[in-house]
Amino acid sequence: MAERTLTPKNKKMLESSGPVGQNATLGSRIFDIANYLIVTLIALTTIFPFIYIIGASFATEYEIATRPMFIIPQDVTTAAYQFIFSSNKILRGFGNSLLITVCGTAINLFFTVTMAYALSKSRLRGRNFFLNMVIVSMFFSGGMIPGYIVVANILNLKNTYWSVLLPGAISAYNMMIVKNFFQGIPQELEESASMDGCTDIGVLLRIVLPLSLPVLATFGLFYAVGHWNAYFGAMIYMKTAKEKWPLQVLLRELIILSNGTAGDMNNLDPEFVQPPEQSVKMAVIVVSTVPIMCVYPFLQKYFVKGVMVGALKG
Amino acid sequence: MSTSAAERKKLHGTGKVYWRRLRADISRDRWLYLLLLPGFIYFIVFKYLPMFGIVIAFENYVPFSGVLGSQWVGLKWFQYFFKFPAWINYLTNTLILSLMSLVFYFPAPILLALLLNEMRSLRYKKVLQTMLYVPHFISIVIVVSITFVMFGTSGIVYKLTQQVLGHTIPYMGSPDTFRWMIIGQTIWKETGWGTIIFLAALTNVDTQLYEAAMVDGAGRLRRLWHITLPAIRSTIVLMLILRMGSVLDTGYDHLILMANPLNRSASQTLDVFVYQQGIQQGQFSYASAIGLMKAVVSVTLVVTSNKIAHMLGEQGLY
Repeated sequence: MAERTLTPKNKKMLESSGPVGQNATLGSRIFDIANYLIVTLIALTTIFPFIYIIGASFATEYEIATRPMFIIPQDVTTAAYQFIFSSNKILRGFGNSLLITVCGTAINLFFTVTMAYALSKSRLRGRNFFLNMVIVSMFFSGGMIPGYIVVANILNLKNTYWSVLLPGAISAYNMMIVKNFFQGIPQELEESASMDGCTDIGVLLRIVLPLSLPVLATFGLFYAVGHWNAYFGAMIYMKTAKEKWPLQVLLRELIILSNGTAGDMNNLDPEFVQPPEQSVKMAVIVVSTVPIMCVYPFLQKYFVKGVMVGALKG
Repeated sequence: MSTSAAERKKLHGTGKVYWRRLRADISRDRWLYLLLLPGFIYFIVFKYLPMFGIVIAFENYVPFSGVLGSQWVGLKWFQYFFKFPAWINYLTNTLILSLMSLVFYFPAPILLALLLNEMRSLRYKKVLQTMLYVPHFISIVIVVSITFVMFGTSGIVYKLTQQVLGHTIPYMGSPDTFRWMIIGQTIWKETGWGTIIFLAALTNVDTQLYEAAMVDGAGRLRRLWHITLPAIRSTIVLMLILRMGSVLDTGYDHLILMANPLNRSASQTLDVFVYQQGIQQGQFSYASAIGLMKAVVSVTLVVTSNKIAHMLGEQGLY
């Protein structure tokens, strides 16, 4: 083994297999088999709940109650989905989530891009002051209550969509990454445009934005997932405006509060005084997860890259 | 980016020249300042106004009188909290949950990253990773909802427990199970995703080290112990420091979904307390005071653990 030299193919195998070479000994093989089994088991445990819930959402109430464990139901029925799509309440929740996600993401991108572009110009007077203002806010925050007071009492945004759209309009971290990206765009391109009489806004719209579409798509996706998954803001700021509730807040009411163990039973809607059936609960879970699953391939690709960038910098 | 005072003087001039240039520069960049404006207003209103709003922790804040007009009460709310006999329960619940998370959740991504790193088939590893990252993107409401559907009284886990053990376990409504459910949910949701940062650190390991170790006859476990683990040591320390800073943060968005009257004695942590007193009861000043106290402790803990990391020869957080 000692005199083995690394041919290119050899080297590639070594790299691709992490800390493992070839010439596996018996011990090494046992290690491998055990490792594969363990990780596969962990991965299956991770996705099992989703598979079970998708399966059970198509099952009859009787089957869910009697069969202990199954993945594919014996009697496939779409009753639960029919109920959901005939319920105004859930459809409206879906619509609200969609509205908040689309408008919220648009607001996020507008605020992020404008600020990032201005801060990407090193000639800007006072730039360091503004940059420090952003960085300090990444480490210190007023906390839950002062933030609530600003939104609810000072700006008076309670029970409006603005209460969930505005408070998170910029993620300082994302803004800094976009700013760094803008700084990497060749100056010559922008200079030639401004010589042709473009203002800074013109340069941003005509030169910089078209060049940054992939970056904007990535951050748009980050923000959109955040909006789709958010429930806390809507729960505390739009508590009494039920017609504006997004899916996540509705889900909390339908599944978590209706369980009977929760204290907030008096918040329950008359339509759902009877806890909804199991299959309906599962179908609602599926419906609210589907949009995330649709973008998941992109999410995985870009998010992993994002964490890596953060890790290398840190 | 940072220029010395002398350089700045050369660049911007002094006295009258300075002001004239400043005015000329600002007028040249007027469109940039216009672009900066929305973001600037955002940070002032939603980040700095709340920071200033912390003063209500020392006031008897009444929304009608506003932050500036409310009566100053000094340390009243802090004293009030420690006179309240149950404060120790809130603190213990917080610390127990944090400690359990540190012992059971913190090592989970490290172990999984080590196992993933040992996999030979790159393609199979990718497939597994794709499965492992899914729960990270699912909202906490859905995670808790799935838990209720599966562990609640009509759920499959509840029924299987009944069949296997002969008696039921009230997973969702008991102080004994509450913490385990929280830790379990966190492990299920975040372990896969948590591996990424360690896997990234592992890509920097010099493969020659492994070759050298193999030549010396080191087996898989020895290589894991002597090369792989030391390679991610500083990342682990860094994550641990960050974790120390949040020892009093149990988070509220997850806990208030799982908390109910039946598991009250375990689910009442400081974060839940801040939410209940502040948002639900409208005791804004009281809740802010507790929040502020937590923040001060967190900063102290981060600074202390960073110092300890320096003493141990690690780079630490800063």
